[in-house]
Amino acid sequence: MSSNSHWIEPHPHGIFVKPAKAWIDPMRPVENALVTHGHADHARGGHENVWATPETLAIMNLRYGIDLGNPVPFGSGIEMGGVKISYHSAGHVLGSAQILMEYQGEKVVATGDYKRRHDPTCAPFEVLQCDIFITEATFGLPVFRHPPTSEEIAKLLEVKKGNPDRCVLVGAYALGKAQRVIGEFREAGYNDPIYLHGALEKMCNLYSELGVQLGDIRPVLETPKEDMRGQIVLAPPSALNDRWSRRLPDPVTAMASGWMRVRQRARQRNVELPIIMSDHADWDELTQTIAEVAPSETWVTHGREDALVRWCGLNQMKAKALSMIGREEEDD
Amino acid sequence: MLVFSELLDRLIYTRSRNGKLTLIVQYLQLAPDPDRGWVLAALSGELEFPTVKISAVRKMVAERVDEQLYKLSRDFVGDTAETVALIWPEQDIASDTKPPTVDEVVSILMATSRAKAPSILAELMDRLDSNGRFALLKFATGAMRIGVSARLAKTAFAKAFDMEVEDVEEVWHALKPPYRELFDWAEGKSDKPDLSGIPFFRPFMLAHPLEERTVDLKDYAAEWKWDGIRIQLSHANGETRLYSRGGDDITAAFPEVATGFDRDGVVDGELLVRGEFQGGEAASFNALQQRLGRKKVSAKMMAEYPAFVRLYDILFEQEIDLREQSWMDRRNSLETFVPKLNDQFFDISTLLEAKDFDDLAQIRKGARSAAIEGVMLKRKDSPYIAGRKTGLWYKWKRDPLVADCVMMYAQRGSGKRSSFYSDYTFGCWTDDGELYPVGKAYSGFTDEELKMLDRFVRQNTIDRFGPVREVEKTLVFEVAFDSIHESKRHKSGLAMRFPRISRIRTDKPAEEADHVATLKAMVT
Repeated sequence: MSSNSHWIEPHPHGIFVKPAKAWIDPMRPVENALVTHGHADHARGGHENVWATPETLAIMNLRYGIDLGNPVPFGSGIEMGGVKISYHSAGHVLGSAQILMEYQGEKVVATGDYKRRHDPTCAPFEVLQCDIFITEATFGLPVFRHPPTSEEIAKLLEVKKGNPDRCVLVGAYALGKAQRVIGEFREAGYNDPIYLHGALEKMCNLYSELGVQLGDIRPVLETPKEDMRGQIVLAPPSALNDRWSRRLPDPVTAMASGWMRVRQRARQRNVELPIIMSDHADWDELTQTIAEVAPSETWVTHGREDALVRWCGLNQMKAKALSMIGREEEDD
Repeated sequence: MLVFSELLDRLIYTRSRNGKLTLIVQYLQLAPDPDRGWVLAALSGELEFPTVKISAVRKMVAERVDEQLYKLSRDFVGDTAETVALIWPEQDIASDTKPPTVDEVVSILMATSRAKAPSILAELMDRLDSNGRFALLKFATGAMRIGVSARLAKTAFAKAFDMEVEDVEEVWHALKPPYRELFDWAEGKSDKPDLSGIPFFRPFMLAHPLEERTVDLKDYAAEWKWDGIRIQLSHANGETRLYSRGGDDITAAFPEVATGFDRDGVVDGELLVRGEFQGGEAASFNALQQRLGRKKVSAKMMAEYPAFVRLYDILFEQEIDLREQSWMDRRNSLETFVPKLNDQFFDISTLLEAKDFDDLAQIRKGARSAAIEGVMLKRKDSPYIAGRKTGLWYKWKRDPLVADCVMMYAQRGSGKRSSFYSDYTFGCWTDDGELYPVGKAYSGFTDEELKMLDRFVRQNTIDRFGPVREVEKTLVFEVAFDSIHESKRHKSGLAMRFPRISRIRTDKPAEEADHVATLKAMVT
């Protein structure tokens, strides 16, 4: 693949930083991995050396039991093979980072995944000036505009109020989304217990250990069915329509995800109450970010690259799509 | 438009029929006139804006959004109205702009020309949020696709105003949106609408299954139960309308039958197709199916599948309402009425002569015609009463056919069953020892059996195709079905009518299940 920057090579299974002999978010085991955040489509096990934020390393440790790794806190830098590398907040999930690299006077930023709006469970996105901006495009279509989060939380609370005999079951991914949903409830002034599917407990506990306050959270397992009426329950999406949900009193099935913006997607999931809430930038945030960063070139990766490249073209900005594999499976 | 868009959104995500019903009831009770009337028309599929087509929507979006961005989005979303609603660039809405009311939308769209439709629609779009825009486009183009039938909309109306749905249906077809007279009558503000001189639908009298009962043939008349579709023909002032069971107007699908009915009155009968292979006798339901669900019908279709109606009751002769009369008296009127009709399209359903009930049982057993579904029993002294009243009419279906089949695939149900694998595809053996799917069923078992079947599916899954699980071919069902037909759509070349699981044969080894050839021999 041709590029201005001879020292950064996009490959289907990761981005290679040549002089540093290191890969960004590699999908296969490598010697040196620079990992942006803990989701499985970015952080894999099996690398010899990992550089990531302390929070990301803690998450990887919990998921893969890897107790190795070189912590790089936000703002601090390292140098590898003449490349100055630093990690900066991406606002996606706890510990998620953009990686800024500088080599021979040229600056490149790889965003990993990011969002621009407020999230009570992680630090906000930082705008970094650079020459080449490698952006994600999970929601890179102009139909994706996430509504204000407070409206979506209010919708959930209203349904909960209107159904005192049922419980509201919210599908949310285990890393990031689940904790954010809890955090958003707390910010909205909801302080009652929130019940958790077993698969969410460990990650919520880790967030608490890392200083993110989630309030009164309890396992579903120990709670009698009758006591769950009128309560809020969180579960991974795969459990929404599974046998597990039979233990709940007539749940209203909700799902918190950016895909819920498209009705047919929500219906396919058997969702009664779609909650449009994403940890990825929506179309407006993506285009706003490219405009603010104002790089001389934008590279678009995992997601719907074509539309964002088209938008750059319409706005006289240079852009190209990278085809990378295996992304956007887990963390919408 | 805001209240309507909220209703629409909730209807989309509500799966159960009762849930949908409640939402529509609440809307009809609370929404203002004439908005609720227009919405009722939209839900029942009776609202049309002839100059506003989906092409106008495409033209409109092309003016505002880059073509390539639109195309990429449309490919992802899969629905034009939804894509356009979501992609529409939001204006900074001035604080004094109000979203349009449903009534305002209707009058604007009714008045527009084909050429102006895109810009008129765009002006409305600019006054709405994304849900409102979606509702507007669905409303304007008439393709709602939200799982609400005309019958459900009418049932909701009846429920909202504490009426019988039959009373609502009786006047429904004579009224035009926004049904002001209907709402006024429902709310006690005026008398029942006057419908003299217009052909309209009268609710059907329905039958109960006979089950284990027997009846005395002194009190009941017997006739064949025909396997077509129940229809009503209504003629007044030179115009004929054909209505299906649910009260839907199906005149357009059977124009030749409509034209053939040229006398004032309302009659009840079975719509059938004459089969060339049966020497001009009535053909199976399968043949009739070729002509159902069409908005227009070609001359070729009419020639290949000639439709006719076998009449069995008369509700009105001229202007005279016969429904209060006994079945006996109505039958006499029918017997003098039918010979006056064109015999290419109409004949009379003859009565069965049986000495007693046992004799009738013998006659029923001997029925061989493809168009016979069983026997009807009608109380001789009974009036024609809308709905299903116990003791007056009975249907005594032919014993179902049965076959032992092997479960092959399973899929989850919806609503309360969404956590259960409750929809099963089953197959029979070919001579080469392969299993070919022959049908799909999701009823006939108890809740306990469902739990057992669900467990079986989970423990015996061998492959997954999206939502479908393929299972180990070891479980045998006894499947009951009303009839079986040839079908090009299935690999086995067969299609069952009303298949249901009658027994779970855990005792039977899969190798001993039936063969496709055995089923082929049952084809009618």
